[in-house]
Amino acid sequence: MANTTTRARTRVGARQKKKADYNAISPLWNTLFNILIGLFAFSCVFPFLFVIIISLTDEQTLVLEGFNLFPSKFSFAAYDYIANSGKSLLTSFGVTVVITVVGTALCLALVTTYAYAVSRKGFEYRGFFSFLAFFTMLFSGGMVPGYIVMTQFLHLQNTLWSLILPLSLSAFSIIVMRTFFQTTIPDEIIESAKIDGAGDILTFIRIVLPVSLPGIATIGLFASLGYWNDWFNALLYYNNPERIPPLQFMLMQIEKNMDFLSKNAHNIGSYDAIANLPTETVRMAMVVLATLPIVMAYPFFQRYFVQGLTVGSVKG
Amino acid sequence: MNAFWKKLLRNKGLLLLVLPGTVWFLIFAYLPMFGSILAFKDFRIHRDGFFASVLNSEWVGFKNFEYLFTTNDAYIITRNTILYNLALIILGLVISVTFAIILSELVNKKMAKLYQTGMFLPHFLSWVIISYFAFTFLSTDKGTLNHIISYFGGEPIMWYTEQKYWPFILIFVGIWKGVGYNSVIYLASITGIDKSYYEAAVIDGATKWKQIRYITIPLLKPLMIILTILAIGGIFRSDFGLFYQLPKDSGALYPVTNVIDTFVYRGLINMGDIGMSTAAGLYQSMVGLILILITNYIVRKIEKDHAIF
Repeated sequence: MANTTTRARTRVGARQKKKADYNAISPLWNTLFNILIGLFAFSCVFPFLFVIIISLTDEQTLVLEGFNLFPSKFSFAAYDYIANSGKSLLTSFGVTVVITVVGTALCLALVTTYAYAVSRKGFEYRGFFSFLAFFTMLFSGGMVPGYIVMTQFLHLQNTLWSLILPLSLSAFSIIVMRTFFQTTIPDEIIESAKIDGAGDILTFIRIVLPVSLPGIATIGLFASLGYWNDWFNALLYYNNPERIPPLQFMLMQIEKNMDFLSKNAHNIGSYDAIANLPTETVRMAMVVLATLPIVMAYPFFQRYFVQGLTVGSVKG
Repeated sequence: MNAFWKKLLRNKGLLLLVLPGTVWFLIFAYLPMFGSILAFKDFRIHRDGFFASVLNSEWVGFKNFEYLFTTNDAYIITRNTILYNLALIILGLVISVTFAIILSELVNKKMAKLYQTGMFLPHFLSWVIISYFAFTFLSTDKGTLNHIISYFGGEPIMWYTEQKYWPFILIFVGIWKGVGYNSVIYLASITGIDKSYYEAAVIDGATKWKQIRYITIPLLKPLMIILTILAIGGIFRSDFGLFYQLPKDSGALYPVTNVIDTFVYRGLINMGDIGMSTAAGLYQSMVGLILILITNYIVRKIEKDHAIF
């Protein structure tokens, strides 16, 4: 199956060289299609632009005019506020960065080792370990037993590990990575390393990993996005109000509880600031800040995602 | 015995590599599966830890299931889960394939790439962010939709308490978030189709529509089948964020937003009912497993190559 993807890639290249070797749709349909897809694509980007505008609206104007695409008065107050008194917001940002970095590294370590082993045809327990991983896609204990394992067995409630460990491995990423190893690493390289006397682990670290960067990038991107966007584990495992949660979960708390910012005033700053706290615009400004890293980076890593998706969605 | 150790030793390098992942699977996937027996027990925390708690809790047979299925909840959550998922699967499939074909047919490939990048964006954002997006439209006093309604002289709608709109909102947003992602998968498959099929069709005088109907769609069918089987296997699971985050956990909306996943979560956190929540989770996993096995069996009967296993 993976052969198809490699072939697909070469064929895309070939088609760009000799364009229009088969008939195109009529100009009328082309225009209609452009309008349809263009509108949809715009609807996907628009809410983000809208939130940026709201975050830049003056708080008083917002109360009077509501969420407006063309507010009569703009203001940087929300961002000023975050920059000057948002200590807990900054901590929250830091928490998110830490779990994203540590989690992604752990995920890569677990996925690549496991996927490499089950990709080797010479591995005599290959079938067993493949099944061990893939069965988890068919059946799972569910949320509650998982919750009990985390809280009663591992006692990791309210720790960063409760946000990192549940996401650090998945059968899906193993499939993607295994397919990648099987299709891009020629057996000859591994054989020659063996002949030179390298063991499996040495071969993996010195030979396989360095040539697997595209696959590693794909999995790494999946993982870091998963960690960055995760709020569910915090929802389950963070119940101590003293612990500053990751960004997405903090956004949730603020969304649920209008007063969250003022209640946490001792974390945030002086009491003067609370009197004219721009709550609505600050919330939207936080949405912008939590989203901006992704929006800035994603046009660049989109390519890897597409590769990962197409490999992963097809059985290996 | 000797042969066993020899085999182990022969594979020691790869076994060491597979070890960390295996430990993870045992703790985070298989231990919870073992924990599923709590569905048949009255869970009591024991001071000697997890295993002692599980083993020392009293067996209650199918009490937890009885309790679950005698309430009205079991029917509502099952109905909601299945109907929402069916709508998302069917509409999602039709729209994604249509968009993928349209994208592949656009004359200006640069624009197609741009649209694709835009469509892909919602997939990268969390449900928390999307729920904020939705709020800018649905907020009762400040929301854009109520502004438009007022502008035309209508009465503002209390979106977060009115049940009747939510099936549409949930399906709309669910599709909106996922279409870009799925279109890209189908588009990649379309670009992989051998161009000589189209060349031959053109020589035979096939119009564009005929080419789409007799070449593109049939060649996309295997992928459509695989993705649909996977989706049907997961029909008892739902995207927790869509049903919890988007309606802002609004109690007034539970009858139309509660699905098995949100029910299990609320049972665990709000009521602390470990037994019934586990029972609901096990019901979900078992039916899910059976469904995926059945669909796979059916597919293998029809077209052997398209089955997953």
